[in-house]
Amino acid sequence: MSTAMTDLHEGATSQWAGDEKWDLRLYIAGQTPKSVAAFNNLKRICEEHMPGRYRIEVIDLLENPRLAKEDQIVAIPTLVRKLPQPLRKIIGDLSDTERALVGLQLRPRT
Amino acid sequence: MLDETEIAERTSARSTASSRQPDTDDPARALPKVATGIAGLDEVLRGGLPAGRPTLVCGGAGCGKTLMSMEFLVRGALEFDEPGAYISFEETEHELSQNVRSLGFDVDALVRDGKLVFDHVRVERQEIEEIGEYDLDGLFVRLGLAIDSVGARRVVLDTIESLFAGFSDMAVLRSELRRLFGWLKARGVTTIVTGERGDGTLTRQGLEEYVSDCVILLDHRVHDQVSTRRLRVVKYRGTSHGTNEYPFLIDEDGFSVLPVTSVGLNHAVSVERITTGIPRVDTMLGGEGYYRGSTILVSGTAGSGKTSLAAHFAASVCARGERCLYLAFEESPDQIMRNMRSIGLDLATPVEQGLLRIESARPTLHGLEMHLTQIHRLVEKFDPHAIVIDPISNLSSAGVALDATAMLLRLIDFLKARGTTALLVSLTGGEGVVEASGQGVSSLIDTWLILRDLEAGGERNRGLYVIKSRGMAHSNQIREFLITDAGIELQDVYVGSEGVLTGSLRAQQEARERAAAVAREQDSRRKQRELQRRRAAVEAQIAALQLEFAALEDEGRVSTSEHDARSAVMQTERDAAASRRGADTAASSSGSKQ
Repeated sequence: MSTAMTDLHEGATSQWAGDEKWDLRLYIAGQTPKSVAAFNNLKRICEEHMPGRYRIEVIDLLENPRLAKEDQIVAIPTLVRKLPQPLRKIIGDLSDTERALVGLQLRPRT
Repeated sequence: MLDETEIAERTSARSTASSRQPDTDDPARALPKVATGIAGLDEVLRGGLPAGRPTLVCGGAGCGKTLMSMEFLVRGALEFDEPGAYISFEETEHELSQNVRSLGFDVDALVRDGKLVFDHVRVERQEIEEIGEYDLDGLFVRLGLAIDSVGARRVVLDTIESLFAGFSDMAVLRSELRRLFGWLKARGVTTIVTGERGDGTLTRQGLEEYVSDCVILLDHRVHDQVSTRRLRVVKYRGTSHGTNEYPFLIDEDGFSVLPVTSVGLNHAVSVERITTGIPRVDTMLGGEGYYRGSTILVSGTAGSGKTSLAAHFAASVCARGERCLYLAFEESPDQIMRNMRSIGLDLATPVEQGLLRIESARPTLHGLEMHLTQIHRLVEKFDPHAIVIDPISNLSSAGVALDATAMLLRLIDFLKARGTTALLVSLTGGEGVVEASGQGVSSLIDTWLILRDLEAGGERNRGLYVIKSRGMAHSNQIREFLITDAGIELQDVYVGSEGVLTGSLRAQQEARERAAAVAREQDSRRKQRELQRRRAAVEAQIAALQLEFAALEDEGRVSTSEHDARSAVMQTERDAAASRRGADTAASSSGSKQ
């Protein structure tokens, strides 16, 4: 299903445009507290900043261990912003919302 | 996950299955070990790495950590049927397989056969933002997948320290590493973890703190522009191990460690004698030559015929159908063969027959340890009955003299333990004392021949004598050593009132002696003849005197009988006269007094 998303938004260069589609992937390994926290934090941020324009795919590496190798995942939880480009990787439970926004480039670095 | 007993069962089964397990201290109590299959390393580790536990291999950049780890996996897959997983944090699978291809390992084939699996864990700090708490479960998942996909019994993490560059939260990292090693132990996989050497510490990130069972340090040092690789087992909990620094080598056959210093002095000796290749040298050595398996040193000044002597020995070994390894540090194989042909010694035929192998290398080509390891390897491969090293003195140019001595000691030990007869050639400097040319190994030498120049009468001649030869009666005489078109010949030197003479002086002296002998003989014959003459003369005199004597005696006898006859006549006449006169007896008696 992830491959179906790749044709979304080919030329998305403008990061701050309001109509961008967000394709996010959250890698977890079982329902650990950190993973659950990360998912909740991510969901909240998305609802606040890009309601209706995002999609979160949760990949549990315990079920799909191969993807850990393919996508170069080491730390858990890892959030990969596949779209808009460029690809970004954020690790951690996203408990610091401000830094999460910067990391997702929803807010410029200060 | 495996439970404890299952792990124990597996590891013990494995350690008994591995064939190359030398002297483990006490098999019942010893730690289960996994043979690495790396030449020499298992001897140093007294059996191998701790089974089911992590081992830290640390060292500076380019010291061979990656190759050693890779060989551990490849040998495991090929020789012990233990699949392996290689988790690389630095190099990609492609790079790795390219790198080890030069060692003769076809990693790609092993991967295809499901005996080896790679995972390149790439951690780029720039690409990653850390927000909030995390752990390294992803790594665990990948490791687990890699291990499960081939049923790996051996794992390499090379080098896990890269994680420290990828993540900023040290506390998390350290606790995760601790968890990782615990997890690996619980899985019962034998793991090699590599680490870069830090300033004053074994590893930059203090990995030794987590891996406490076995730590191996690799070192690559350069001394006088010659590099040497060494390995040391820093610690190995719960077992004995070789504690020295062992040289190791990385070449086209992979990694090999040289545990020569572990050789004791308890090697068996042979009473068999083998020829020196020169009958008269055999005669000097109790008539039978060297002992098999002994170490022979031939030392001498430049051009004294050391190589020729060594080549004769090599040829004689091959003539018996045995293998001889000739290590030349000065000449190329062709040069040696050509030169020996000029003295009537054919080395080309044994080379073609595969009995003689001449290996040439410049001493400065590698460090001493490399030489030693290479010799070691050549000996293991070719399995020669005898080995010639020509010359050992050159080796000191590949390192400091002390190292050269230590290396030779180890080499001699190794050869003695194998029962390989070794003939070492040593060049003595022109001004040095000939007897001081042992490179400090003279105490290990069983038979020591000295070739020296004897200068006299405007000539340089070669002399050979035996300094020592253990366990045999040997000649104490200097022999003149002639190199002729038909090989080496020995001549008695002239030892007499004129001192020791060789060469044409000896010939002259011999001619003089011959002339003198002829003169003496003529003189003696002349005297003999004179004596005979005089004897004849005396005999003639004696004969004459005897004749005279006989005549005199004859004369005496005649006169006595005449006298008797006359006396008888006179008595008769007196008696007749007395009777005529009628004289009485008294008158007759007084008359008879007249």
